[in-house]
Amino acid sequence: MNKKQKRVLIRIIISAVLVVAFALLPLKGYVRFAAFMIPYIVIGYDILKKAFKGIINRQVFDENFLMAVATVGAIALGEYTEGVAVMLFYQIGELFQSYAVGKSRRNISNLMDIRPDYANLETDGEIESVDPDEVEIGSIIVVKPGEKIPIDGEVVEGSGMLDTSALTGESLPREVASGDEVISGCINLDSVLRIKTTKEFGESTVSKILDMVENASSKKSKSENFISVFAKYYTPIVCYSALALAVVPPVVRLVIGMQPLWGTWVYRALTFLVISCPCALVISIPLTFFAGIGGASSRGILIKGSNYLETLSKVKNVIFDKTGTLTEGRFEVAEIKPVEVSEEKLLELVAYAESFSSHPIGKCVIEAYGKEVDKTRITDVKEIGGHGVSAKIDEYEVSCGNSKLMHTLEIKEELREAEGTVIYVAIDGKYAGYILISDVIKKDSKKALDNLKKLGITKTYMLTGDAKKVADKVANELGIYEVHSELLPENKVDIAERIISSQGANEKTAFVGDGINDAPVLSRADIGIAMGAMGSDAAIEAADVVLMDDNPKKIAEAIKISRKCLRIVYENIGFAIGVKLICLVLGAVGIANMWLAIFADVGVMVIAVLNAVRALIIRGE
Amino acid sequence: MKKSYKIDVDCANCANKMEEAAKNTAGVKDAVVNFMTLKMNVEFEEGAEVKAVMQEVLKNCKKV
Repeated sequence: MNKKQKRVLIRIIISAVLVVAFALLPLKGYVRFAAFMIPYIVIGYDILKKAFKGIINRQVFDENFLMAVATVGAIALGEYTEGVAVMLFYQIGELFQSYAVGKSRRNISNLMDIRPDYANLETDGEIESVDPDEVEIGSIIVVKPGEKIPIDGEVVEGSGMLDTSALTGESLPREVASGDEVISGCINLDSVLRIKTTKEFGESTVSKILDMVENASSKKSKSENFISVFAKYYTPIVCYSALALAVVPPVVRLVIGMQPLWGTWVYRALTFLVISCPCALVISIPLTFFAGIGGASSRGILIKGSNYLETLSKVKNVIFDKTGTLTEGRFEVAEIKPVEVSEEKLLELVAYAESFSSHPIGKCVIEAYGKEVDKTRITDVKEIGGHGVSAKIDEYEVSCGNSKLMHTLEIKEELREAEGTVIYVAIDGKYAGYILISDVIKKDSKKALDNLKKLGITKTYMLTGDAKKVADKVANELGIYEVHSELLPENKVDIAERIISSQGANEKTAFVGDGINDAPVLSRADIGIAMGAMGSDAAIEAADVVLMDDNPKKIAEAIKISRKCLRIVYENIGFAIGVKLICLVLGAVGIANMWLAIFADVGVMVIAVLNAVRALIIRGE
Repeated sequence: MKKSYKIDVDCANCANKMEEAAKNTAGVKDAVVNFMTLKMNVEFEEGAEVKAVMQEVLKNCKKV
């Protein structure tokens, strides 16, 4: 609790004690009035002052005004205890609310506690602790174990493990060594790293993320706008209804010759005013969105605004880019197409020929071959730069490499064009087939799609520039609903456009890409999700939702969080308006008294706020 | 031009009202009050005198 809240708490305690004491004492007449004025002033002076200021500034209708009128009215009717109690409970409610909001504010800033306070700048062998803002590009900074990396850069000396959990929600540490790029916000776990900065602090990942998260709740969702508009009309309507309730029935009764019962009707009108206070709604909705966005960011899911959280919850179609999103962008043998030799023989010969090569493509062929290479069988290995390799294996003269190599061997066969990498093979100068190397599916991709299905999202699409065969294979394995392969980048937008135009009225389409060359689709989709954004500025700019690591499972998680958040928002809207309407009706016909009114106001608000804070709790897998 | 200010608001409804008030101030193109982070982002009209406009915004907000 801060100072302001403590003061309110003390006032609450003092006036509560006084009210109970005076209520028990057998006080009469003016003495009783005077006695109750003490706790009333103690607890309510600021509300009365604000209400008075509101009237002067012609901003009449707000909670302060409602409370002031209701309590002054109750006291005028001689209901001293109730008048003070309403004010008392109103203040308790306000205190609770400001405590809850402050608490979640702190919770969320703790979750996002990635702002580095200093950088250890190295100049001429001396290390000096400076403000990260002052470090220029190309400077050398030193990060000791346990410290945060303050600025994006490249490791020039040292190696060790980094804790990226604050950024990605991923608990597994990441290994870095000299020459690797590192991003700010990671914690250096075990050894001293010397880093050459590649960006300014303001352009570094950590600054961008903080900026995004802090501004996220400024982009208001439809439900938030609904509430502001609602509150604008609601309070005046309630005030006039209360006035009508106080005046009309007694006048009507007078006219038809009955007792007017002014006191009863004024009391009912005052009860009406207390019930009507809109604070539960007005506070709980932005609080829910704020908590949801904060909770998501602790899982490495950055959502750029409440409006996007709302859109995300309505997603029915998900379009995936293939490479880098569902697949690793790492290579593996996908297809072996021999001509006049067996598949095994072709693979064996290529593996042997490539066995001296350090090229990653060669390595994955050897991996696919999987057996020990007997190097005594190989003679006469020649690496032909930019073309491939040739070698004599047993009695065969094997050449393998790209199409240029085949041309130099004057091979006339039509070579297969493919998006993946192809190793063409010639044996004794004759074309012998090819080996197609393509991307590996990420280990979490299958689970990611299963999770989406569990959420009822069955329309999943995959767009890729790769060959149909490769794409179909991936899609089959993952259970993708529809595949579009062999696309040029501009086709991707067309197809996204088609999918978006075919969706239902309240359905939304998400596009998931790695942000490298799909910016147009990212911005065309209802909601663009960029993956593996660590260090990629383009993705952070173009997307509405950024997944800090490249795990596709986070997509389903993000949608789950958004749905939970929206569910809480609707629960709160329904619950608060529902309870208030019921109590308003009960108050108007005289069933509800002021004590029930206090519950309808403060109780509903407390429950709504507690419900809103639930959005902060995100259960992992 | 955009600027961000730290503010102190008690309730979400007041924040909405302050936003209205700030938006209606001459020289302010757009204003957003973020209740949760206690920040006010103000976008000024081209060529507006930032200091003078902010004083006016402050005056209007006080009324709320």
